Amino acid sequence: MAKVCLQTPFTNEDVLKLRAGDEVFLNGIIYVARDAAHKRFLHLLSKNQPLPVDLKNQIIFYAGPTPPKPGQVIGSIAPTTASRMDPYTPAMFEYGVKGVIGKGPRSQMVKDACKEHQAVCFSAIGGLSALLSNKIQGAEVVAYEDLGPEAVRKLTVKDFPVMVVYDAYGNDLYEQEIAKYRTIQR
Amino acid sequence: MRDISVEKIRDAVAVLCREACYYLPEDIVQGFHKALETEQSPLGKSILEQLIENAQLAAKEARPCCHDTGIAVVYAEVGQDVHIVGGDFETAIHEGVRKGYKEGYLRNSVVGDPLLRINTNDNTPGVIHTKIVPGDRIKLTVLPKGGGSENMSAMKFLLPGEGVEGVKKFVLDTIDAAGGRACPPLVVGVGIGGTFDKVTEIAKEALLREIGVHHHEPHIALLEKELLEDINKLGIGPQGLGGINTALWVAVETYGCHITALPVAVNIQCHAARKKSCVL
Repeated sequence: MAKVCLQTPFTNEDVLKLRAGDEVFLNGIIYVARDAAHKRFLHLLSKNQPLPVDLKNQIIFYAGPTPPKPGQVIGSIAPTTASRMDPYTPAMFEYGVKGVIGKGPRSQMVKDACKEHQAVCFSAIGGLSALLSNKIQGAEVVAYEDLGPEAVRKLTVKDFPVMVVYDAYGNDLYEQEIAKYRTIQR
Repeated sequence: MRDISVEKIRDAVAVLCREACYYLPEDIVQGFHKALETEQSPLGKSILEQLIENAQLAAKEARPCCHDTGIAVVYAEVGQDVHIVGGDFETAIHEGVRKGYKEGYLRNSVVGDPLLRINTNDNTPGVIHTKIVPGDRIKLTVLPKGGGSENMSAMKFLLPGEGVEGVKKFVLDTIDAAGGRACPPLVVGVGIGGTFDKVTEIAKEALLREIGVHHHEPHIALLEKELLEDINKLGIGPQGLGGINTALWVAVETYGCHITALPVAVNIQCHAARKKSCVL
């Protein structure tokens, strides 16, 4: 399990270097999009229409921040439950998204899509919202402003801490780690 | 009779919304520290340390400890000798939610219609539970309930004969299915008995109990202890990334029920287990 700093956007080589359990510090631009924005993205992709923002080789952060207080770049922010995006993720990887940041385990379909399209799922700590917002140096709404907290945002991050939970080789950090501490037969 | 104005109720709810989201209750922070002492997973320990640091930073800077500032669940215990003046009670509570979320820079996380899904942009409506109690005071409690953990909650009618073992199995199945999605370490509220509506109500009320305080009935207190032990044997751990602290606490509430029924509800609360009360 390595500790690495990575610049966004990603190349396939970046993705293929990562293994489940690696700690990664992201630098550069990441895009915030969650349920409502994904629904719109998929509608566009199904009609072969361009997305409002070019997300090829980019990282999507499943989140919705609180409003910033005066003087803040962004309010509190941390990942939302990733599995709600399961129906959308394979298509987003096929389109060219290289990584997503959420919290919690995901479906086999998403794990398979990581392998098939050379992409990776990261977790950040859910509810670590005050600390994580300090890793964000810039934030702007770039699409779907009408969605309010669910609008698409472009964030500039410095050493944003995430962990690889599903890599492009089919490894699953949740399964691996839980098995070590499970002491009840079910 | 004692007069209490709707403005006073509105303003109290606004303050409770804000303070609940900024200041994680002390029992929860202590729960993190206790979990940190026992946690075996290095990753789990690191997560707990960061959650403690996050709670301290949020409190110091008066900002939301979690971005999901929830749908506002408001409990009101209204003394029967109180006269509410100047408007209507429920409107005052919704106005308090509106004011608290706006002035506190909390996230608007509520859509007005569950199918049309347009954000109301003021976090209303809140969810209000009112009880009429003796006395001439109003006790208000705000529990901002995050969506990730609420989504993993479940209710089931067991056969009466399934008894305590059936209850345990259902609670464990629910927590196991939630895994890391519900943002562990959790507080687990369990309702047993009542009706379809009552059982979920008491499961949520269980979340209002301070962690560390068991049910007054010895057999229910024992069930709470056993459930906590078994949940923590699941290995899910902090954030579902492995460990022996999946839950900080389990609180069970019960109610009488029909001879045909054994309803059980599990209301999952994430680690941002926020609640704040005041008395007017």
